[in-house]
Amino acid sequence: MNNIKPAVLTGEHFMNGDYACAEGALACGCRFFAGYPITPATEISEKMSRRMPEVGGIFIQMEDEMASMNAILGASWAGVKSMTATSGPGFSLMMENFGLGIMMEVPCVLVNIQRGGPSTGLPTLVGQQDMMQARWGSHGDYEVIALTPSSPQEMFDFTIKAFNLSEKYRLPVLLMSDEIVGHMTEKVVIPEEKDIKIVNRKKPEKYTDKYLMYKADKDLVPPMANAGEGYKVITTGLTHDEKGYPAMNAEAQEKLIKRLCDKILKNKADIIETQEQETEDAEIIVVAYGSPARSALSAVKLARKEGIKAGLLRLITVWPFPDEKILEVANKVKTIIVPEINRGQIVREVERCSYGKCNVISLPKLGNIHTPYEILKVIKEVSL
Amino acid sequence: MKHIEIKIGGFGGQGIVLSGFIMGKAASIYDKKNATLTQSYGPESRGGACSAQLIVSEEEVDYPEVQKPEILMVISQEAYEKFTPCLVKGGILIYDEDLVNSVNNLPKETRIYSIPSTRFAEELGRKIVTNIIMLGFFTAITSVISYESMKKSVLSSIPAGTEELNLKAFQKGYEFGLEKVNGV
Amino acid sequence: MSMNEIHPMDKLIRADRMPHIWCSGCGLGTNFICYLTAMEKSGLDLNKCVIVSGIGCTGRIPGYTNIDSFHTTHGRAIPFALGLKLANPELTVTVFSGDGDLFAIGGNHFIHAARRNVDINIICVNNFNYGMTGGQFGPTTPLDAKTTTSPYGNYEHPFNLVDLAAASGAVYVARWTSIHVRRLSKSIEEALLKKGFTFIEIISPCPTNYGRRNKLGDGLDEMKYYREHSIIKHGINPKEADLSFNGEIVVGKFVDIDKPTFLDNQPDMSQMSVNNKK
Repeated sequence: MNNIKPAVLTGEHFMNGDYACAEGALACGCRFFAGYPITPATEISEKMSRRMPEVGGIFIQMEDEMASMNAILGASWAGVKSMTATSGPGFSLMMENFGLGIMMEVPCVLVNIQRGGPSTGLPTLVGQQDMMQARWGSHGDYEVIALTPSSPQEMFDFTIKAFNLSEKYRLPVLLMSDEIVGHMTEKVVIPEEKDIKIVNRKKPEKYTDKYLMYKADKDLVPPMANAGEGYKVITTGLTHDEKGYPAMNAEAQEKLIKRLCDKILKNKADIIETQEQETEDAEIIVVAYGSPARSALSAVKLARKEGIKAGLLRLITVWPFPDEKILEVANKVKTIIVPEINRGQIVREVERCSYGKCNVISLPKLGNIHTPYEILKVIKEVSL
Repeated sequence: MKHIEIKIGGFGGQGIVLSGFIMGKAASIYDKKNATLTQSYGPESRGGACSAQLIVSEEEVDYPEVQKPEILMVISQEAYEKFTPCLVKGGILIYDEDLVNSVNNLPKETRIYSIPSTRFAEELGRKIVTNIIMLGFFTAITSVISYESMKKSVLSSIPAGTEELNLKAFQKGYEFGLEKVNGV
Repeated sequence: MSMNEIHPMDKLIRADRMPHIWCSGCGLGTNFICYLTAMEKSGLDLNKCVIVSGIGCTGRIPGYTNIDSFHTTHGRAIPFALGLKLANPELTVTVFSGDGDLFAIGGNHFIHAARRNVDINIICVNNFNYGMTGGQFGPTTPLDAKTTTSPYGNYEHPFNLVDLAAASGAVYVARWTSIHVRRLSKSIEEALLKKGFTFIEIISPCPTNYGRRNKLGDGLDEMKYYREHSIIKHGINPKEADLSFNGEIVVGKFVDIDKPTFLDNQPDMSQMSVNNKK
């Protein structure tokens, strides 16, 4: 048992989603994990507690989720890739300093293995009820990046993708998974270390008196100086100017917040990923993400067997929302069906982006994923 | 056998989830099929009724939940009562006859196979290997997963130093199963 | 004063951020200089010194300090500092914040960081109220003291911060007032060089709010009060180092012990064999 394993466990594994997430983080260089135990994300902490010492990293179980989020921001400023993982109640607590991460532009990853809410809700059963909280959960105006994996393999792959996006665009990136994906065990293929694509934050030129903390490049992202490198980092949660100095006026607010939003919005083409199956000639499209996307794919296959022209548009990036893709689909099809494990959250975005070009149907479900037949039933109804 | 749904039920602490894990690993990593394991989660896995659901398929598994298992393996009376109603017609029921003693109200045409695995385990000196004996038995009865793969999976999933005991247990269940299948 | 005059601490101050926001008579300027003096005398590599704060008047100190400086959210300076230190143990990390920030909203983080003995330094400026929001009572406001939210006199018992720090596991605990500039500087210097979780409380005047509402006079009067009422009692049990409204102020170094830090206690993986197989 006392064998030290390497950071990248190249090979085929039968592994659950939570563990795959931890392995993905380690494989792309995450060396600091701070978290607070919470069902159904606890397995990520447990895996990290065993693995971090093996790879020379730090695992710390914090006193709460506010502390966890802050600790990873601090660690990232020290130049170390960092992550935390939680679920509903903890996600609410993390929102405070998720906002600080947005404001200070700190690369890191926040994993939410969604369970049913509100409040303590359904600790052991699945939910997708935090999707709008992911978008708007901290106060103020900002843009976020949120990815939604549908399998343990994607828990591995998307954790790496989340780190890469966070380093590239300098913000905390959300991995919005769910209990079913987190606890499901499937084959996970971990590639060779050299085949894992890793993006690291841009660094500034050598320090001079003219160095500016928050002067962005053309991509709207400022290079990041870490603590301890001699740059005399100055950063604050207050609205600030390019020097990083607090600037308490409307002009500074307009300039900073616009850039924080634009660095995501103007790079949407690079950030957004969707996946389509059987959509070419489809008249009915199911738009799904996370675990229900699996039921949706099954339903689409069953519908095709019955001669119904159905297809699946799976959202891999839910935030920023793929507005243009939804409009493109809405222009082609009769009906879009949106199954979600909530009372209808992302369906509002689908409605907004489809401009009334097609019929949009919400298919809410709570506490479990839709069976393929529940989705098939609606596909059949609208195909008549 | 393109798509098989398996359910394993028992008490928390009997190694129910580990059994599902070993089966799934054997099917996906060693037999190169697709396998998706889900489990009942929460207080149940810490005592009380506990279950693991496994889908083994030649194709990709989309919907991950087991709805109508073709194979049900139970190691407690409670799990038997709870899960048999969902067994498909003509399905396979595998149970530990030391722990499930009242077998009735079964769906039609169920093929029934029982094994005194708890007793066998006690004979081997460790009650904890009951589930491994069941896995050997399962392998012989169902042939969903190959013998070699299952053996490899058992060996790579148990604590170091317990290989000999677990292999004996697996073999015991497997041979008992072969006798049942061959009607010896 | 001529515009060309250079403050002796200029290289450690972000001069282009002056004037600061603090009120006249406030103790923060003095406390700030004590910290800068200590840092300079410590001989530490300034490129590896980091300062972190939460929100409040004291929370503005990092913004004026010409080293790596972090102004975080209300109450969260300690976990942020912990992340910096554990991710890069070469850094000397100091949290400089106020009593409300560290002990009301941030109280839980304080006791847990102390318990873990994370190698960071906490300097708490205790002015007995929330200054930046206009003088409300906080977790250190003495019984009967008047603030904007205790108009009839405070009816909550205050924390004894040095006792709390010692009980939570701090390896170095001291209390001084803003008038003890040399002793305070020396104490901060000791804390910066000390391995483990250190805590220094600075009793400091807030003439604009706390002082005015409790008729303590101006900043200078408060300083005089400190001089007349402070008693140095090194090494006493912090429980007995109490503070009372209009009473004596016990100051000194109460705790200076050694014990393994969070990082010292990390598992020794060299005892395990390396297995590069999958």
